[in-house]
Amino acid sequence: MATLSLLSPDPVQWAWGIVLFWLSLGFASLLLQGSQRLLTGLVFPLGALGALAIAGVGIAGLTGPATSIVLPIGLPDLPFHLRLDALSAFFMVLLGGAAFGITVYASGYFKSMAAGPLALLALWYHLFLGGMVTVLLADDAYAFMVAWEVMALSSYFLVTTDHKVPEIRRAGFLYLLIAHVGAVSLLLTFGVLQGGHGDYTFDTMRLAQTPPFWASVAYLLALFGFGAKAGLVPLHVWLPEAHPAAPSPVSALMSGVMLKTAIYGLLRVTFDLLNIQIGWWGTLALALGLITALYGVIFAAVQSDMKRLLAWSSIENIGVIIAAFGLTLIFHTDGKGALAALTLTAMLYHALNHAFFKGLLFVGTGSVLHATGVRHMGHLGGLMRFMPWTAWLTLIGALAIAGLPPLNGFVSEWLLLQAFLLTPGLSQPYLNMVIPVAAAIVALAAALAAYVMVKFFGVVFLGQPRDTALQDAHEAGWPERLGMLWLAAGCVLLGLFPAQVIGWLSPVVRLLTEQTMVNDGNWLMLAPVSSERASYMPLIFFAVVIGVLGLTYLWVRRVYHGRVRRSDPWDCGYPEQDARMQDSAEGFGQPIRQIFEVFMKVERETPDPFSRTPRYHGASLDKLWFILYEPIARVTGWLSEQAGRLQHGRIQWYLIYSFATLIFLLVFTTR
Amino acid sequence: MSVGILLQLAQSLLAILLAPLLMGWVNQCHAWLQGRSAPPITQPYRTLKKLFHKDAVIAHHASPLFRFAPYMIFACMALAAGIVPTIANDLPFSPAADVIALVGIFALARVFLALAAMDIGTAFGSLGARREMLVSFLAEPALLMVFFTASLISQSTELPIIVQTMAHSKFAIYPSLAFAAVAFWMISVAENARIPVDNPSTHLELTMIHEAMILEYSARHLALIEWAVALKLFTYSALGIALFVPWGIAAQGDVAAIPLALLAMVAKLLIGGAVLAFLETISAKVRLFRAPEFLGTAFLLAVLGMLIHFLLEV
Repeated sequence: MATLSLLSPDPVQWAWGIVLFWLSLGFASLLLQGSQRLLTGLVFPLGALGALAIAGVGIAGLTGPATSIVLPIGLPDLPFHLRLDALSAFFMVLLGGAAFGITVYASGYFKSMAAGPLALLALWYHLFLGGMVTVLLADDAYAFMVAWEVMALSSYFLVTTDHKVPEIRRAGFLYLLIAHVGAVSLLLTFGVLQGGHGDYTFDTMRLAQTPPFWASVAYLLALFGFGAKAGLVPLHVWLPEAHPAAPSPVSALMSGVMLKTAIYGLLRVTFDLLNIQIGWWGTLALALGLITALYGVIFAAVQSDMKRLLAWSSIENIGVIIAAFGLTLIFHTDGKGALAALTLTAMLYHALNHAFFKGLLFVGTGSVLHATGVRHMGHLGGLMRFMPWTAWLTLIGALAIAGLPPLNGFVSEWLLLQAFLLTPGLSQPYLNMVIPVAAAIVALAAALAAYVMVKFFGVVFLGQPRDTALQDAHEAGWPERLGMLWLAAGCVLLGLFPAQVIGWLSPVVRLLTEQTMVNDGNWLMLAPVSSERASYMPLIFFAVVIGVLGLTYLWVRRVYHGRVRRSDPWDCGYPEQDARMQDSAEGFGQPIRQIFEVFMKVERETPDPFSRTPRYHGASLDKLWFILYEPIARVTGWLSEQAGRLQHGRIQWYLIYSFATLIFLLVFTTR
Repeated sequence: MSVGILLQLAQSLLAILLAPLLMGWVNQCHAWLQGRSAPPITQPYRTLKKLFHKDAVIAHHASPLFRFAPYMIFACMALAAGIVPTIANDLPFSPAADVIALVGIFALARVFLALAAMDIGTAFGSLGARREMLVSFLAEPALLMVFFTASLISQSTELPIIVQTMAHSKFAIYPSLAFAAVAFWMISVAENARIPVDNPSTHLELTMIHEAMILEYSARHLALIEWAVALKLFTYSALGIALFVPWGIAAQGDVAAIPLALLAMVAKLLIGGAVLAFLETISAKVRLFRAPEFLGTAFLLAVLGMLIHFLLEV
């Protein structure tokens, strides 16, 4: 058993040390219940430093060899095995990078919270961070499930921070329920994977020769279990409920980072623990991913609650990631190692990007919420004037998530589309024809994402304030700005230096597919396969846009003039306009609702023409909830009612039950 | 290399300077076909000059984004015009962005335009932004499918290589490209706000898409946007020529072929502009919610083109 050597610790020991640091920080905050200032001024900044350290450990772990330790905690004879290889290290970089910005933000955001609840929140927050890192480190099923549960439960308590609101309690329950249905499925996955040896360490699973049938069972269970955590349709229903309920930094962590632990798990089980991969697994994941992406983005377009909109957009992004995962599997099983490496790179890149831009957008809504107290976009508007920092930084996130060059969202989308373009090389008939067409769905989802982001940013930050109270909206404080700046810088840098990022990703890709993505370009140029085939130079691209922009500006000012006259808006000369005539969130989503009405259950309440108090209400609801979840809920309710008949509350009956069971067992065993 | 850079600069500058001429030509053809007396072909330049001289009038509460957007849109379109091979195929700048990145540039400009339209907070502005995004999310996948078909044939998403394959290697007939070409025409019409999806010369509230977005702009900002619109039309035309009728574009390093290439380009643009004006004159603008059908047809044609490529050409 390796001991914790203090002089030259391995990355895995560092990582575990940071987890312990977070745990002690969490429990220390319980002692600081009296001092709000210490909690926001010390505990959260220290937590953020821990996140930065985790990112550093991750970067060290990416290049180094895999390191492992066995911790003498847990049950007797069942110690925790921890291991840090390139795959865990990559997700630690993702976690640390995003969590640093979010936690710095949180140190400012929670200033308005009372000290008592805040101490509790700080405990759950740091437990949540520690749980996620332990999930990444776990090297046996037992440690994995314990960490997974710590992550699920602490995030449940974070979601229900405002537990006095009934809807939030309801959202929390739904989240807990689906998290546990997923966890049961994961438990079964590990049960299948251990193959009857009774040894639940990942090392044994790696060596086990699982027959194809049982491997498929394990894969399907894992897809279900991790899909429930990631929000794969139809297991996505908890996301649009839980994300709006949680405080914004927590939503940012859950959406940006926690969903990625599910992606990590899926990769770990499929490529590392299972000794074989089968082609149809990839086709299934690709189909599910594409459906999820389209479904998510369509619903994002019709939301009017800004955090719910972002939650649906997370579903879309998870769909894109899972689709890339499926395509990786297809290439991998078809023996196209280089293409699998390219697709896997696109997938990991997108996961990393999503952590940054979704984190940024969620904390941006947090600042809006703080300044206005409103989540419904129909009551917002014009905030760019009052909160320029938040607005411009959020704009970077919005452009990045819309997949626009030269920001980071475009790079992963570009890589993925390139991968789709290479699918005609597949050896399976039909598949090689259908998959390139399926790329259209990725393109459609990306174009719709731009629609969603124009709606989100335009309705919230641009235009005129839809409510007079918005005039008092105040800009976010410095810690918040710093947190957002960090995340925005991530979006820009990941977009401008893809060749470097892909270099960092290569150990992970090599670990899983035994090949790395070929970059035929140099540090400026991204060229998968060959530079004859495709290339993209974001830095040049950016420089030219900025250059032309600057030159045009100077030229216009030089040759002509810079005179400006301010007046009222023109609006085709209509004088009676007011802020209520702008598109509301519902209005902006109306074309999408009209085109994609088949997916939705639309509730409309239109006013009577003679009504004195006319009221219009419209909502686009998730049809799956009504055709899938409600029947299941009804059947479950009915079954529990039937089981409830056994309970009368009379002791005689219970004695008879016990007696009958005893007789039955005696008969059964003596037979 | 230095010849390449010179050519690149010359080609980009030419595109920027001459793009309004194409607009003027289309307008002229329009007037002739409608039996009006035509404005001179240089009319767009006069309009631009007039606009640049005027004082900009901006709403009181306009944000900096509103003033920044026209420059951004113009820069994006100038970049796009620099990437598409028009006369020479030897562009040192083209590795910076392939066709997928080109779609990204158009999207970037469009998103800025839509955001700027929403900035003033008028009813028309957000209406225009919403409709523009509607048209674009339908057009973008179809456009990508067209590009995919072309790049599956040439095994590359780089425009110079596509042109090289189509124009300078062994002549072959690609039925898939016929479908792709029709789809591309329909998409270009929609993306450039032309009839039947939008009408550039209307200011009727029920029909406006593009015009509704730029209602609040005046003077130099409006001039930049109008110029960018002309550049966009030029870029799409050049793109169509590069993908479907690339013959005449000078091959890499073939400086002697450039005068001929220039002539070929002018001839193709003249024909293309006249055909555009003719098709616009004989068709009527469709209702907004018929636009999805129009673009859906374009998308299906593009997908058909791709499937035909797999069935017949591989």
